[in-house]
Amino acid sequence: MGILASTFDPSATAAQANRAAMLARIEEIDALLAQARAGGGEEKVARHRRRGKLLARERIELLLDRDSPFLELHPFMAWHTDFHVGASSVCGIGVVEDVECMIGASDPTVRGGTSNPFTLRKSLRAQEIALVNRLPTINLVESGGADLPTQADAFVPGGAVFRNLSRLSAHGIPTIALVFGSSTAGGAYVPGMSDYNVFVSERAKVFLAGPPLVKMATGEEAGDEELGGAEMHSRTSGLSDYLAADEPDALRLGREIVRDLNWCKLGPGPTEAPVDPRHDPEELLGLVPADPKVPFDPREVLARVLDGSRYDEFKPLYGSALTTGWGSIHGYRVGVLANARGILFSQEAQKAAQFIQLANQKDVPLVFLHNTTGFMVGKDYEQGGIIKHGALMINAVANSTVPHVGVIIGGSYGAANYAMSGRGYDPRFLFSWPSAQSSVMGPEQLAGVLDIVARGAAAARGLEFDEEHGRALREAVETQISAEQTALSNSGRGYDDAIIDPRDTRTVLGFVLSVVHNAPVEGADGFGVFRM
Amino acid sequence: MRRLLVANRGEIARRVFSTCRRLGIGTVAVYSDPDADGLFVREADAAVAIGGPLAYLDGAVIIAAARRTGADAIHPGYGFLAENAGFARAVHDAGLVWIGPSPEAIEAMGSKTEARARMEAAGVPVLPGATDVADADRVGFPLLVKASAGGGGRGMRLVERAEDLAAALASARREAGAAFGDDTVFLERYAPRSRHVEIQIVGDAHGRVAAFGERDCSVQRRHQKVIEEAPSPAVDADLRARMSAAAVTAGEAIGYVGAGTVEFLLSGDGAFAFLEVNTRLQVEHPVTELVTGVDLVELQLRVAVGEPVPDAPPLVGHAIEARLYAEDPAHDFLPVTGKLEVFEIAEGVRVDTGVEAGSVIGPHYDPMLAKVVAHGRTRAHAAQRLADRLARARLHGMTTNRDFLVNVLRHPEFLAGEADTTFLERHDCSAPLLGDTRLAAAASALARQAGRRAAARTLATLPSGWRNNPSQLQTARFDGVGVGYRFGRDGALAELVIDGEPLAGARLHECTPELVDLETDGVRRRYRVGATAVNTADGQADLRELPRFTDPAGAVPSGSLTSPMPGSVVRVMVAEGATVVARQPLLVLEAMKMEHEVLAPAAGVVGQLRVTAGAQVQAGAVLAVIDVSEPGL
Repeated sequence: MGILASTFDPSATAAQANRAAMLARIEEIDALLAQARAGGGEEKVARHRRRGKLLARERIELLLDRDSPFLELHPFMAWHTDFHVGASSVCGIGVVEDVECMIGASDPTVRGGTSNPFTLRKSLRAQEIALVNRLPTINLVESGGADLPTQADAFVPGGAVFRNLSRLSAHGIPTIALVFGSSTAGGAYVPGMSDYNVFVSERAKVFLAGPPLVKMATGEEAGDEELGGAEMHSRTSGLSDYLAADEPDALRLGREIVRDLNWCKLGPGPTEAPVDPRHDPEELLGLVPADPKVPFDPREVLARVLDGSRYDEFKPLYGSALTTGWGSIHGYRVGVLANARGILFSQEAQKAAQFIQLANQKDVPLVFLHNTTGFMVGKDYEQGGIIKHGALMINAVANSTVPHVGVIIGGSYGAANYAMSGRGYDPRFLFSWPSAQSSVMGPEQLAGVLDIVARGAAAARGLEFDEEHGRALREAVETQISAEQTALSNSGRGYDDAIIDPRDTRTVLGFVLSVVHNAPVEGADGFGVFRM
Repeated sequence: MRRLLVANRGEIARRVFSTCRRLGIGTVAVYSDPDADGLFVREADAAVAIGGPLAYLDGAVIIAAARRTGADAIHPGYGFLAENAGFARAVHDAGLVWIGPSPEAIEAMGSKTEARARMEAAGVPVLPGATDVADADRVGFPLLVKASAGGGGRGMRLVERAEDLAAALASARREAGAAFGDDTVFLERYAPRSRHVEIQIVGDAHGRVAAFGERDCSVQRRHQKVIEEAPSPAVDADLRARMSAAAVTAGEAIGYVGAGTVEFLLSGDGAFAFLEVNTRLQVEHPVTELVTGVDLVELQLRVAVGEPVPDAPPLVGHAIEARLYAEDPAHDFLPVTGKLEVFEIAEGVRVDTGVEAGSVIGPHYDPMLAKVVAHGRTRAHAAQRLADRLARARLHGMTTNRDFLVNVLRHPEFLAGEADTTFLERHDCSAPLLGDTRLAAAASALARQAGRRAAARTLATLPSGWRNNPSQLQTARFDGVGVGYRFGRDGALAELVIDGEPLAGARLHECTPELVDLETDGVRRRYRVGATAVNTADGQADLRELPRFTDPAGAVPSGSLTSPMPGSVVRVMVAEGATVVARQPLLVLEAMKMEHEVLAPAAGVVGQLRVTAGAQVQAGAVLAVIDVSEPGL
C-alpha cells in the first residue's frame, strides 16, 4: 500500500523504440483529427464563412467557458466508411457557465450537415451519456436533415433522437437547441422537442415542409420566412423562445440559459487533494511495448495517472495477474482493476468480483485498464471452474451501479473484455489508446481456430484438406481481424468514446469522473446469484 | 493652537493635517459636496460640509465651520482663499489665528504693479516695465502684457513688435477682466530663454525674515509648473546668497510674517529680476523641505503664534518634484475625469496626494493626482529615481501625464540642467513610454486566463483550455491588439500569437491573475496585470479587453451622445430631424452647479432626441442619436 515507485527507464533502447512506435500511431490519429476538423474541405468552409457563419467547432468554442477544457467524443466515427470521418458532426462535453454540458453540433460543411447512420449512432451515444450522467444538452443545429440516400438506416434511429430529447427532459435534464440555419422536416423536431430554443434572426429556418412540398401537398404558396423563419417562430408560432441577432448572440443566449438552469451536481464531488503524479505522464509513450505480445505492468501507468502516484493495492498477493486497488484522480476516489499479466484466471476473477462489490458498498467509481487476452482455457482451468469464476466477475460487473470508466491500454479480447466492463457492459465511458486492440480473439488464434475447424470438417467428410486454400483462408481471416481489432476500427464504429493520447489519460479520466458526478454515485443494492 | 481648520481640499489639506498630527494639534476639514468621500475628509478629526463645488471660496461659511468645531486657527492651503486679504481679515476679526501673512501684505503683493513699485523702491532688481502703455518703447520689445491681478498666465500676452501691442492689450484686458474682475494690465520686458527661480522665505512677528534656499520651476507648460527642483542647477552659492538677500529685502520691505515665495526671472548671464511674491505656501514646497529638512507647515504654525523663525539649515542633496495630473498629453493636456482604479507608487519617493485607489476625479477641481518628489544625493540621482518610480507607478483607470513627466526627467537637456522656461515649447515629451504594447497585451490575456481558471468551479484542476482535438486558440481582444494562446497537456504555454504573428520560443515562467513572467527572445520580463492596465519596468500599457459578446439590447446606437455625468437637462437647443454641424451645441446639462454643453460629434441629422428640458439623466444615458452624414454625400 502507498506510493507507487517506478522501475521504468524511459532512456532504454526498448522504451525509445516503443515511444517511436506510439508516436507514429499518434501521428496517424492526429492526421485523422485534422481531416475531421477540415470538415467539407477548403471550398465548403470558405463558402460557409463567406455567408458570415461560424464553423461547428467555432460555435462550440464560443459557447464554452473561456479556457475551460473540452472533451470531444467520437471524433473518429465513420472512419473507413463511405462517410466523412467524424460523421458530419461534432460532439463533446464542455463547460458552460460552470455546468458540464453535452454539446452536439452538426457540421454544415459536410454534405449540408445531414445525418447518416453513423451521425445518428454518435447522437444516440451522446444522448445516452447525457441521460446516465445527467448532462444538460445543447444542440447547435444547422442540418439538411437525414442523408436521404441512406434513409433506410437513418429513419429508425433518427426517430430515437427525438424520443431521447423528450426522455432527457422528462428526467429533469434540460435540453437546449440553438438553431443557426435549416432544421427542417424531421430535423424540425430537434427544436420541437427541446426545452429551450434560440433561433438566429434571418438564418434559422424550421418547418415540416418547405415551399415546394407545401405547394405539392396543398397547393398553398408560401415563402421560407412565413413557413419557418426565426422572426415568425419567435413572434407567431412560439417555437422559438429567444430571437438572436446573430450567431454569437445565439451562443450568448445559450450561455445565459445554462446560467439560469440552477444546475446542481448530485454526486459527492472530489474528496482528495488533486496532487500531480510523481512520475511524468510523457513516459507513458515508451511504456507500451511495440509488440503487443509483450506484457507490461499497469502500475507504471497508474504511477502516471493517480493523484500523487498513490495506490493502495487490494489483495496484492492473490490473483496477481489482475491488480486491484484504491486511489484518486483529480481528487475523485476510484477503485482500479488493471490486467497485470494478460490472462484472467480463477483467482483473478474471484478477486475482481469481491473488489467490485466493495466499490459498490462504498459508492466509489471503478476504473478498468484493459490489457487482457482472455480467460484462461484448458482442461485444468475448466475443471477448476474458470467459467463459474469468470461468471462471478461478469455478474459483479453487469450489476455494479457505480460508474465504470474503461481505458483499453493494450489488448482486450473475448469474455475478458466483458468482464472488464467492455463496451457491451455499459461503462459510462470507454477510451482506447492508439495501440489498443479488441476483438473476440486475436487474429492468429481466430484464423487458427477456423483452420482447425476446416480441417476437422474435411476429415469428417473424408476429403483431403486443401492446404493452399487453407493458407489463403487463414491469411484472409488474419488480415480481416487484424484490421477490425484496431482502436481506429472500433472507434470508427462507435465502440469506444474516443481514442486518446496516452499522455492525456489522467486528464481524460479526471474529466469524466467529474462528469459522472453530475448523477448520484451509488453502489448496487444487490447482484445476481453468485454461483459458488 | 489646539485645533486647526484647513480651508482647502485634497492633498494640501492632508499635508497640513499630517504636520498637525505630529505636533498634537486637532484637525478640522471643510468639504464641498463633490468631495464628501475625499481622503482628507476621512482623515480629519472633524469635517463640515460647506456646500457646492465653489464653497471653498465662501469665507463666511468656512469661518462658521471653525466656530462650530471649536477650531482656533485656519490654514488656507494654496489657491482658493489663500491670497484673499478680505478672508484673512475676516479670520482675524473672528478671533482666529490666520496661518499666513497679514492682510496688508497680501494686498500689497496682490497687485503686481504695486508690488513692482515697492520692490523697486526697496532696491530689489526688477525688469524694465511700465504701467503706462505709452512707455512701451522705453520697456522695449519683446515685452509681456501682464494682468496686475493675474496669475497662471491668464491675461498675459507676448508682444514681439510694436504694431501688435494694441491688439494684445485689448485681449489681455478682456481676459483679465473676465478672470479677476480687474482689467488693469502693465508692461514688462520679456526675457527669452530665462529660468524661473524662486526663494522660499519665512518671516516672523519679530521683524526677521529668513530665506530657505531656492526652487527652480523653469519647466513649465503654458505658465503651469510641471517639474520643480531644489536647489537650482543654475544657481551657485554666490548667486544663492545674492538672490536670498534680495528676497529677504523684499520680505522685510513689506513686514512679511509667515511663509512666502519671492519669484525671480534668472537670465542666462546670471542677472535676476523680481517677478512677484506669492503670499502662501507653494504647491512645490516639498522640494525645499527635502533639501532643508524643515517642515514648512510647522514653521508657518510656529511663526503664526509668535515664535521666532530659526536659521535656515544648509541644503543637503537635491530634490525634484513632478506634478502628476489626470490629463491627456495626446489631446492638448485636456483634463480627464473618471475613476482611479489602481494608484500605487513604490517607495523611495515622497508622494503628496489627496487621492487613493477608487477615488473619482471629477470635473470641478484641478485634476492633480499627486506631487511625487524624489530626494537624492545628487540631481542625477534624484532625477533617475523619480523617473523610475513614475515609470513603474500603477495608475489604472485614467489617462495621466506620467509618461510625459518621465520623458522630461530623462531628457538630456533637462539632465544637463539646461532646461529653461521654453523647454516644453521646444521639445515634445508626449511620446508614450511603452510604444509597443503587444507583449503587455499577451501578458494581460494570460493573466486573465489564470484568473478564469482560478475562479472556475468545474474541471478547475484540468490543464487550461485542454482539448483532445484542438481546433483553435483561446483568444483575447484588446483595443488594437488580438492575442491567441494555447496551453499544452502539461500546462505549459504551447502557442502564443499576437496579431496573427506566432511568437516562437515564448515561455511562461509564472502566470497568476496578477503577475506574468514571460520569456520572449530569450529575455524574461515580469508584467503586473490589472483590470485595465499592465505595468512593466518600462512603463504602463492601458489595455481594456473587449467583451466576448455584446448584448444587442445594451448596445448603444452609433452616433449616440451619452451623458458624461449624472445631472439634469437645462436646455435642448435642437429638435428631432434637425440638421446639425459638427460641434454644434445640442443641449445643456447641469451637474454640480456647472453647465456643460453637449456638442454634436459630427455633422448629421438628429435622429432621436431622448430627453427634454428638466429631465434627470444618469452618466452614460443616451441623450440623442445623430444619424451621421455619410462623407461625400
